[in-house]
Amino acid sequence: MIKIKAKDVDVFYGKKQALFNISLDIEENQVTALIGPSGCGKSTFLRCLNRMNDVIDICNVKGEILINDFNINDKSCDVVRLREKIGMVFQKPNPFPKTLYENVSYGPTIHGMAQSKQEMDEIVETSLKKAALWEEVKDRLHEPGTGLSGGQQQRLCIARAISVRPEVILMDEPCSALDPIATAQIEELIDELKKEHTIIIVTHSMAQAARVSQNTGFFHLGQLIEHGSTDKIFKNPDNKKTQDYITGRFG
Amino acid sequence: MNLILFTFIVLLGFTSYYFGRKKAYTIQSTKKRLTALPQFYGYYLAIWCAIPAFIIFSLWAIFEPTIVKLLILSDYSNQGYLDDELNLIYEKTKALSRGQFTGEITPFIEASAEKYLSLRSIAQSSKVVIVLSAIISSVAYAYKRISSNSRTREPVEKFLNAVLFTASLAAILTTVGIVFSLIFQTIDFFKVIPLFDFVFGTHWYPAKAFVRDSSEALDPTMYSDTFGAVPIFAGTFFIAFIAMCVAIPIGLMSGIYLAEYASTKVRQYAKPLIEILAGIPTVVYGFFAALTVGPFLKELGTSMGLEVSAESALAAGGVMGIMIIPFISSLSDDVITSVPQSLRDGSYAMGATKSETIKRVIFPAALPGIVGSILLGVSRAIGETMIVVMASGLAANLTLNPLESTSTITAQIVVILIGDQAFGDPKTQAAFALGMSLFLVTLCLNIVALRVVKKYREKYE
Repeated sequence: MIKIKAKDVDVFYGKKQALFNISLDIEENQVTALIGPSGCGKSTFLRCLNRMNDVIDICNVKGEILINDFNINDKSCDVVRLREKIGMVFQKPNPFPKTLYENVSYGPTIHGMAQSKQEMDEIVETSLKKAALWEEVKDRLHEPGTGLSGGQQQRLCIARAISVRPEVILMDEPCSALDPIATAQIEELIDELKKEHTIIIVTHSMAQAARVSQNTGFFHLGQLIEHGSTDKIFKNPDNKKTQDYITGRFG
Repeated sequence: MNLILFTFIVLLGFTSYYFGRKKAYTIQSTKKRLTALPQFYGYYLAIWCAIPAFIIFSLWAIFEPTIVKLLILSDYSNQGYLDDELNLIYEKTKALSRGQFTGEITPFIEASAEKYLSLRSIAQSSKVVIVLSAIISSVAYAYKRISSNSRTREPVEKFLNAVLFTASLAAILTTVGIVFSLIFQTIDFFKVIPLFDFVFGTHWYPAKAFVRDSSEALDPTMYSDTFGAVPIFAGTFFIAFIAMCVAIPIGLMSGIYLAEYASTKVRQYAKPLIEILAGIPTVVYGFFAALTVGPFLKELGTSMGLEVSAESALAAGGVMGIMIIPFISSLSDDVITSVPQSLRDGSYAMGATKSETIKRVIFPAALPGIVGSILLGVSRAIGETMIVVMASGLAANLTLNPLESTSTITAQIVVILIGDQAFGDPKTQAAFALGMSLFLVTLCLNIVALRVVKKYREKYE
């Protein structure tokens, strides 16, 4: 099943074009990895999917992005609802300067998802459990989230993202600031999360893309060079550039 | 004379810098490696020039007047003069030597004046000789000593360290000096006026102390009900409260607008414009309050059937609040801008709107800085003088009606110290006691501010 369908997406930063004519289909309940050298536009594309580029004044997005067959670049799209459906995890863990509990309950509070304290407690607990953080923090839910280790902070951010039960989770190099053990934990978690969510992950690590994803898209200089199943991209790519990048000849 | 000498020493300093560097280059040209860059050799010599000059100048400044005085007055010893009379003779001598003496000139004084002049010129020329010879010999000594492996970098760094340390010490010592000058006068004041009367008395009427004939003996009982500071403390806090009621909402909201909502272009113009407010002299705010706002409020009040004093606490407090707006808006704009963008992104990505993000994430994160800016504003409000003197009247009424006139600590200090004053008089010392209390209040405020800021820091970092 196709969850997200991007059609001819162009992105401009002021007069400079960052993405050229991107068309990409993303499968439901699978992990799609976006790879490519730095500055190739993969993060920019990711930020198109929950309209985070709106925050940047000079950024201008053209083309259609259909999520559940609804164009999110349409004027009638409610960004608040969109971002409820499409969660995001950032490169650097960015927990709010609040308690662990407040961090996770942030989204449900904004979207009015809990009618009582009990319901909220449940949401917080399930989210933290799904993010494989519950056992480590259940005794200190009311301590600041910034006191955790880097890997724990990132899992807290994942818990925060899944607390509103999004359909899609966007991950922008979620492991680049973490050590190998924390990275392994997050990768395991991604595997678990794809049962309920569609995941799109931007990564610099080819090994990570190969480990966690079912589909891969390769970006280069603002263009989508090739996309397909991860197996095919890594073993038998069609394009010479993809081949070169995968084998480490540039990038 | 001193100016020429000083210029000459500065020139000598530059010359020794030049020679030090030149020597370093010479050493370098013989393919030897230096222990420091050639400039350091230059600075090193310049320091050898500056230190003896500084020492000798300060020695002269300290001892010359004392020694000259001793020598002059030695002529008068064994003649049974009292110390005060000797001092008078010395002052007369000095005045005569400057040609400013108008009284009757006695031959004794004339002789002393001549002696004084000759002593001064001896002192002056010996200073020139000693300074120059000391500098030249110390520089020459250092110049001979420096070689390829002499250490010049460390002494230069140490010297800079010492200079910077002295500068900060001067700032601290000034504060200490001010506090001590307040303390002693305040203690004298409380010897006459009981502390209890000052802190809890509700009548402030220092004009009563003007009436005292200074030839009469000091009678503490006549001051009861004169120096009760409650009304002016109440007035101070009341006016500061009115000011903060104006400044906090407006300042904070404009700070948030500038930091979060305003486009780069608007911000570029709006921020300097708001900061212009901070540059307006308070005396200008004062007559704005006294001549424009005060009468306007009075008319407005009269048309609504209220009795408004032309010099009301409301006018003074309101205008003071306007004066404080830029402090709060500019500082809170800075702290809000410094909240990392990643927190905003995190909140937006959860589907939060701009106002939710500000309320729930940015404001709490910026709170320590915002509290700091508000407390800074409060200290300004409490210490502000000119606006109150001009716009709020000088009568110390104990009132909580913003439409009446009240007075503040600062305004009362002005009232007390304007015109003729006698030291050692309770009226004058009252000003010091008030200054001391003001200092204590702002000190406490600053301590509280630091505490609050630290507490939130611990919570959020």
